[in-house]
Amino acid sequence: MDDKELKSKLEKIKDKLTKIEQTSEKRIFLYCESENSHSVNKYLFEEVPLRFVIATGIDSTSCFEILYHYSCDEIGWIVTLKTFIREREKPTIDSIAPFLPGAEWIEREIHDELGIEFKGHPDMRRLILADDWPEGVYPLRKEVPK
Amino acid sequence: MTKKINLHKPVLAVGPFHPLQEEMEYFQLTVDGEIVTDIDVRISYNHRGMEGISETLQFDQVPYLVSRICGICSASHPLAYVQAVEEICGVKPPERALYVRTIINELERLHSHILWAGLAGHFIGYDTVFMWSWKYREPVLDLLEEITGNRNNYGNVKVGGCREDIQEELKPKILDEMDKLEKKIEMLTKAVLDDPILHMRLKGVGILSKEDGIRYAIAGPTARASGIDIDIRRDDPYAAYGELDWKVISVPEGDVFAKVVVRLLEVLESIKMIRQAVKKLPKGPITAEVKEIPPGEGCGRAEAPRGETFHYVRSDGGNRPVRHKMRAPSYVNVPSFKASCIGEHIADVTITLAAVDPCYSCTERLAVVDGHKNIIHNYEALLKMSRGKTARLKKELGLRELKMEDLRLE
Repeated sequence: MDDKELKSKLEKIKDKLTKIEQTSEKRIFLYCESENSHSVNKYLFEEVPLRFVIATGIDSTSCFEILYHYSCDEIGWIVTLKTFIREREKPTIDSIAPFLPGAEWIEREIHDELGIEFKGHPDMRRLILADDWPEGVYPLRKEVPK
Repeated sequence: MTKKINLHKPVLAVGPFHPLQEEMEYFQLTVDGEIVTDIDVRISYNHRGMEGISETLQFDQVPYLVSRICGICSASHPLAYVQAVEEICGVKPPERALYVRTIINELERLHSHILWAGLAGHFIGYDTVFMWSWKYREPVLDLLEEITGNRNNYGNVKVGGCREDIQEELKPKILDEMDKLEKKIEMLTKAVLDDPILHMRLKGVGILSKEDGIRYAIAGPTARASGIDIDIRRDDPYAAYGELDWKVISVPEGDVFAKVVVRLLEVLESIKMIRQAVKKLPKGPITAEVKEIPPGEGCGRAEAPRGETFHYVRSDGGNRPVRHKMRAPSYVNVPSFKASCIGEHIADVTITLAAVDPCYSCTERLAVVDGHKNIIHNYEALLKMSRGKTARLKKELGLRELKMEDLRLE
């Protein structure tokens, strides 16, 4: 796969994205809303296909962001899918773990850190927080003092 | 009814502390006789909250924090981080700094892989391999100390370059040590690849297929031993890797033996790279000037000894990152045990878990809970099981233990 082929494959899901942005020579960012996250991730992992690297959960005050980082190893690009969860009270997003077991841990971790619910996750136990950590306190949320 | 059967399934608790590898992890193996039928991993007994701490530090303080993520990968993590920040601010470090980074990162790979080879030997009852490997590793640590001032936690990279340079008078010493090490590693590699018992003991054990590897998104030597030909040093060249002549080692088998082969051959490749980098080391400064970090986001990655290390940094234009995500390779490699350990013998699990070279910890306590009986084994028991299998294979092959009398000269 070369860069033209990758770009044309990414163009095919344009209607599910809100923006495609190339920030530098080998980095490309895709933006989408949380309801499209599952289908776009499935397309990136199974159809393109890209290698899943990790996901990053961010509390950006007005909303939550989950960044799914993928790597295109043939050309050394990083494709990042940026999804926005606008609902702050009960943030929910579809889990990608059913088709991508490599994402099982990171979804549990983001749930621990930010309290985002992953619908359809096979095993939503705590991963990084201690057993006696209070329920409902999410350490990476902005309201928690550092 | 099913529930009742489940209650009587023997559970083998491996962990949460490992006496050899100084971190904590807990593996719960469900076993049926000798065969492992399920595995559950529990981590984060020693969660240090580094992603949170990083947001409270200034950009130039963070490398010292991330070099403490792991004592062995203490060059790869800061490198991945500074590359992410350099991407945000568009700084390109001077040529010489890129070469110094390459040399330090390859020295790190050398000592990590050799350390692993020793531990793997120890686990299956080859203590000679353990002693030799660790002896060979020592000069590598000495070189790192001479370059950076520390055997571990080098703290040598900063945004825009390096902190310590490689002194001209040290170059012959590095080349000399590489020559010596190459001979020893070649001998070790031949001894391992020729040994019929190691073939029997490690081939076909703990197989991780390419398909499973992709689903679990594995990285590094674990991936390359399963035929997934990825290496960040070649695929997304950073530091000076693009200018060196070397090859990526990848084999298709996916078993423990394949992981041994990949790591040992990678050691030889690293020696080749260090030699070239030292000879090519360009003259000039080792730091570029960095002013302010503008708002933006960047991804940096480096090939650590265990696989791809990934750092994501976001800046809002202030002097601290607003978000810093770090991913170590073991984070994706450890869950793949679900694919590689199930169906294996308990005696093989020790080496299968160790073959991934996880930054892991376990096996000090081993408790077998079987119905009403409560049998508690300790770490020695697990080691004994693993070594017992090696001894059994030796016997089947008609080989006997080497005795001191055999070595006596006529």
